[in-house]
Amino acid sequence: MRKTYINGLGCISVQETFDTIFLEKAEINENDTILPVKTPVYKDFISPVAIRRMAKGVKNGIVASAMAMKEANVSTVDAIITGTGMGCIEDSEKFLKAIIDNKEEFLTPTSFIQSTHNTVGAQIALGLQCKAYNLTYVNGSISFESALLDAKMKIEEEEANIILVGGIDENADYTTSLFKLAGFIKRENEGPYKVLNATTKGAVYGEGATFFVLENEKKSTTYAEILDVEIINKLDVNEVESKCSAFLEANGLQVSDIDTIVLGFNGDVEFDPYYKILSENSFKNTPQAFYKQLSGEYNTASAFGLWVGAKIIKTQEVPEIISVNNLEKPAYKTILLYNQYKGIDHSFTLISKC
Amino acid sequence: MEALKQELKEKIIDVLNLEDIKLEEINDNDALFGDGLGLDSIDALELIVMLDKDYGIKLVDPKEGKVIFKSIETMAAYIKENRAK
Repeated sequence: MRKTYINGLGCISVQETFDTIFLEKAEINENDTILPVKTPVYKDFISPVAIRRMAKGVKNGIVASAMAMKEANVSTVDAIITGTGMGCIEDSEKFLKAIIDNKEEFLTPTSFIQSTHNTVGAQIALGLQCKAYNLTYVNGSISFESALLDAKMKIEEEEANIILVGGIDENADYTTSLFKLAGFIKRENEGPYKVLNATTKGAVYGEGATFFVLENEKKSTTYAEILDVEIINKLDVNEVESKCSAFLEANGLQVSDIDTIVLGFNGDVEFDPYYKILSENSFKNTPQAFYKQLSGEYNTASAFGLWVGAKIIKTQEVPEIISVNNLEKPAYKTILLYNQYKGIDHSFTLISKC
Repeated sequence: MEALKQELKEKIIDVLNLEDIKLEEINDNDALFGDGLGLDSIDALELIVMLDKDYGIKLVDPKEGKVIFKSIETMAAYIKENRAK
C-alpha cells in the first residue's frame, strides 16, 4: 500500500497565510463575531475575464489550489477532490433572492451557474483543463476529512499519484444572519470572544480555502505523511477518549507518541467539553495547539487545522499564538488532529514527519 | 437618447460585474462582444434578461440579439423604439 505525502500547501484565511512562513503576522480578533478572509491579489492568479463572475469562495479556492500546486511544483493532477459545508452560498443567496424579488421571473444565469457546491472544484478543473476525477464532498464539518480520506484511499489503491484536495467555505450575509438567530454565531456585545475557557454559547465564524497537493512520493517540498483519517458521525463526550485511544492503537501508537495534539476548540461553552476531556486528561502532558481563534469556525476550518499541523512539522515550532498549554517537545514528529462541531461530525487525523 | 446610453453603460458595468471598466471607457460604437468589451454568451443571456426586466422587451428571435447587442448605440436605438417600460 502506497504512502500519502503532503507536498504543497495553499491557504487563504482570516489571517495572512500567504507570503508568510507560519503565522508570524497572525492577529487574534476578539471583538467581531464574523471574520472575513485576508484577500490575496486575485488577478495575479485568475484572468480578469474569468474573475468578474466569481464569488469570493471560488476565487479563494482557485488561488489556494494554485499556491499548493506551485509549491509542490506540479502542473497537473490526477484528481481534484474538494470538501465544503455550505458551498458557494453567496451566489446561492443572490440567485434565491432574485427568484423572490422578481417573482420567479427574470432569472439570470451567472449566480445560478456559480451557486453549486462543486463550483470550486469545477473552476479549478476548467483552469487546469483537467478532465480527471473531480468530486466534492458536502458532509457538514467532516466535508474536508471526507475529501482527504477519498484522496488517501485513491493514492493507496494506486488509482492516482497526484491529488489536489481542499476545503472551502465562505460567509454570506443572509446565511450568517440566520446562524445568528439560531445561536450558532455568538451574540453581539458579549465580547471579548475568547476561544479557550469561553463562557458563552456559539462560535465566532470565519471563512477560508485551504488546499493540499498529496502525492505518492516524498520529495524536497514534503511537509508530512498522512498516516490515517477517521470520521465518526456522533459521539458522547465520555466516548471521545476511548475512541481516540482506539484510533492511535490502530496505528500502533500511544498517547506518549504524540508530539502535539491540534484541537478544534471554537469557544462554544456547550461543546468545548469534547476537546477539554482530551486536553485535561489523556493529553495533559502533551503540547496542545488550537487554531479557531485565528481561522474562525466554519465547516471546513479543520483544513486550516491540518495546515497548522503540517506547518508545525515543517518548522518544528508551535507558535505561542496557537499554544494551549505552552508545553514543548525537542522535536515534533507525530501530530494528532481532533475536530467536531456541535457534538457531531468528529474527525481524527494523524500526520507524521518523514 | 444620451441619457439612455449613459444608463445602459451603468447597467452593463453593474450587471456584468465589469469592475475594471469605467463609464468613459465605453464608447457608443464599441463592439460589446468579441474584440470590444469581450462579452460572451453568458453575458448575452444577462443582457436579454435585463432588456425584459428593465425595459419590458422580450426577445423572441435569438438572431435579433446579434444586431441589437452590437454596441451601446444599437442597443439604445432598439430600446427607444421598442420599450414597454
